[in-house]
Amino acid sequence: MTTAIQLTPQDTIERGLDLAAAEGADGCVVLVAETSSANLRWANNTLTTNGAMRGSSVTVIATVGAGEGTAAGVVGRSSVTDASLRDIVSAAVATARASSPAEDARPLVDGTVGAGWAEEPDVTSVNVYEKFAPALGETLRKAGQENRWLYGFADHEVTTLYVGSSAGLRLRQALPRGFVSETGKSGDLSQSAWVGAATRDFSDIDPFALDTELNRRLGWASRSVAVDAGRHPTILPPAAVADLMTYLFWQLDGRDAFEGRSVFSTPSGGTRIGDSLSSQPVNLLSDPQLPGLETFPFAVARASGGASSVFDNGLTLSATDWIRGGRLEHLMTSRHTAELIGAPAAAPAIDNYVLSVDGASGSTDDLVAGLENGLLLTCLWYIRMVDPQTSLLTGLTRDGVYLVENGEVTGAVNNFCFNESPVDLLARFSAAGATVPSFSREWGDYFSRTATPPLLVPDFNMSSVSQAS
Amino acid sequence: MPEVDASFLALPRHELAEAALQRARDLGATFAEFRLERIRSESIALRDSLLESATDDEDLGLAVRVIHDGTWGFAAGVALTTDEAVQVAEQAVNMAQVARPINAEPIELADEPVYDDVSWVSSYEIDPFSVPRAEKVALLTDYSDRLLKADGVAHVSVHVASVHECKFYANTEGTSYTQQRVRIGPDITAYAVDHDSGRFDSMSSCVPPAGRGWEYLTGTGWNWDDELAQIPGWLAEKMAAPSVEAGTYDVVVDPSNLWLTIHESIGHATELDRALGYEANYAGTSFATTDKLNTLQYGSPVMHVTGDRTAEHGLSTVGYDDEGVAGQQWDLVKDGILVGYQVDRRMAKVNEDLLGTPRSNGCAYADSSGHIPIQRMANVSLQPAEGGPSTEDLIGRVQNGIYIVGDKSWSIDMQRYNFQFTGQRFYKITDGKLDGQLRDVAYQATTTDFWGSMEAVGGPQTYVLGGALNCGKAQPGQSGAVSHGCPSALFRSVRILNTTQEAGR
Repeated sequence: MTTAIQLTPQDTIERGLDLAAAEGADGCVVLVAETSSANLRWANNTLTTNGAMRGSSVTVIATVGAGEGTAAGVVGRSSVTDASLRDIVSAAVATARASSPAEDARPLVDGTVGAGWAEEPDVTSVNVYEKFAPALGETLRKAGQENRWLYGFADHEVTTLYVGSSAGLRLRQALPRGFVSETGKSGDLSQSAWVGAATRDFSDIDPFALDTELNRRLGWASRSVAVDAGRHPTILPPAAVADLMTYLFWQLDGRDAFEGRSVFSTPSGGTRIGDSLSSQPVNLLSDPQLPGLETFPFAVARASGGASSVFDNGLTLSATDWIRGGRLEHLMTSRHTAELIGAPAAAPAIDNYVLSVDGASGSTDDLVAGLENGLLLTCLWYIRMVDPQTSLLTGLTRDGVYLVENGEVTGAVNNFCFNESPVDLLARFSAAGATVPSFSREWGDYFSRTATPPLLVPDFNMSSVSQAS
Repeated sequence: MPEVDASFLALPRHELAEAALQRARDLGATFAEFRLERIRSESIALRDSLLESATDDEDLGLAVRVIHDGTWGFAAGVALTTDEAVQVAEQAVNMAQVARPINAEPIELADEPVYDDVSWVSSYEIDPFSVPRAEKVALLTDYSDRLLKADGVAHVSVHVASVHECKFYANTEGTSYTQQRVRIGPDITAYAVDHDSGRFDSMSSCVPPAGRGWEYLTGTGWNWDDELAQIPGWLAEKMAAPSVEAGTYDVVVDPSNLWLTIHESIGHATELDRALGYEANYAGTSFATTDKLNTLQYGSPVMHVTGDRTAEHGLSTVGYDDEGVAGQQWDLVKDGILVGYQVDRRMAKVNEDLLGTPRSNGCAYADSSGHIPIQRMANVSLQPAEGGPSTEDLIGRVQNGIYIVGDKSWSIDMQRYNFQFTGQRFYKITDGKLDGQLRDVAYQATTTDFWGSMEAVGGPQTYVLGGALNCGKAQPGQSGAVSHGCPSALFRSVRILNTTQEAGR
């Protein structure tokens, strides 16, 4: 075992494809993901955990048979060596042989050797925090002196993906992803505030600025007011909008809609593509090339599902309008499910989105300035589907709900349990601000490439009061 | 009784551990631990009786955690060479050094006896990875067909996740163990669509995931024939059921639903790391703070909740935890009063006086070699009443109420006060008898009010071990599997919402 040779990603792919051909596979795709990450976590003004991790994963997708009769076998492993690669490929081919034809079988995506193919994986390390860590340490000491508590997490990871297929495709793409998320509490723990931001390299993250914003919000909470449950005029800042819209984004499955089991289904059968969801000029789009939100420009699927297919690996992703001018334009599909629902072309999921409202400008603070009486949220939490028929979601407000009176924040109010549908909110919001990069409290750790506007909803449904503070 | 997989025992586990621990010692670490983990996972999904996807994954790697100059350092790698083990130990020490300026509390650990090269294997009969894929798919296709061919069923989804986890652990105190655990989680749902109204709904099997092998799918521990025969009828009745009138009702909650309420409102609330604020930025804190230990009235006097890592087939059951602590059982809530927490070795040491014991109760867990061990949930279970009533007896005590079966939607706030749950089936109770299904039901309550309203728990004959494979916690996020046993129970005056009204329809 210790004498086995670690292979480069490129060698893993070339050898894997050769081995699959030698085993009699009709087609093969090999995905190699090389990851490195470094994180810091703190609570109660001190470090709690940390880590520096390297990871590697190899996925072999072997296909046997031709045309409609093609079956696939998928096997994934970490830490592949020259010796174990042979076993993995054999297992994938054997699994494909033992499987019935796959419904989603399509010809493998062809292509040529893409840019940068020969390059080594990009990496990150704890050094990404060289400036951030000492500054963070200073804010933790300062918080202690000022009788406040800080809790947070900083993560940076770099993933380099290599995709090769027996149809000639050779793609390499490296992507960094990072974020910081920090909670501040008053000395007696009765008040809580939160800030979060996504970053590519931590050069744009200033722990002192985060601390200043937390302080501003804890200042708002020096007066607390009890507000009852009910429907309230509510300003959702970009983070809270991302909390809700990320869930909507995940409901855009074309097959579920076509089969009558989603909020995007019509009663008579079929999807609501072409229907108006909002009378306002709302747009939801994904594009792998969005500046600042760049993501993988080709499809990556380790398992087939409603909108993904292992046969589609490497498929070029391009800008896709899900909602344009308030109208539902596309639902997510693989090549197979696009055909099934009668869509002109596949629209696979893309790992980012931008929600915008034509003509909207201004910030959350501007929406506050225009509100006579209502609530300002920080973020939402523990969001779960209650009823997929209406896309009714439940969840809680968290770490700062504020009272707005005559255009100013005048105090902190209690938390609430809410029941709301993000699809309905797109039809009901009464004012919006400019779209800005956002970081969802609920989903940002995993899905951080979002840009959203702040929204004012005239009648947000706060279902009950939560004592949490 | 299964034994640890020979292919895992063939890995150079002692050699890698010695190299890593020696390097850590040489660099000045006062404590170091090494983990080698191999996690095999398989996921099979069928959609309308056709195989949609089947994946077979294996995650294999090693990790080193050190205490250096009073500060934790953690690092992980994937190559199984002594060079890599040494390098990972060096990275862990480096991590501790970088982190030292932001660490204000020197790390110390609670003592634990030394276990020298011991071995432990969980209780199961058939390793799911020893069963041919085609045989598994054939069985699941049969189960799917039984539903899909029934009247009123438009679609069926079937998913089975299987995990085979091997771990070798060694630390500088002299403990080393090899442990193997197997778990499986089936998920079967039938869907109905009414094309006149556009209304759709679903009915899922109540089968919980369990620390069992493939035998679970063939009838050991679950009656598939009976449940699959009933699901289409239950679904049709739900589609035709009247919408609930929102209000206050007495409810009898079946174990298939109550386990999740226990998980959210007791399991997470009695994690000491949450009570101490370590999760304040992510999973949240707890209302059950340490100043309330031994005084907080958590619920009614019939409430007795234990934590354990020992229950047979429990998903959180282990021989030893990820800090080398042996599995135990202890009280969390006794006679309705908060009396304990779930802890790891560091929290046990710091809070020794508060907890009244110098020992960790063994709740450290990392979900893979790539992640740091944190305090994770034990099996947290509500104990039945000896000689207690049957579910029918509990229903018999209710004049106008609802009997809730199966879990579905769930949510709770960051301090575990306020929650909302739905379910698979809701039966109206009229004069002590079931009176047909209702739909659009959710129950909402504050944790201590809800448990305070628990008038009676069922007897051992109603006790079922439920659970989840996918409990999330920590940053970076880790997934944990945990079981919760409970009897049926009767609650008075619970707030019931109508979810269609909540959606403003």
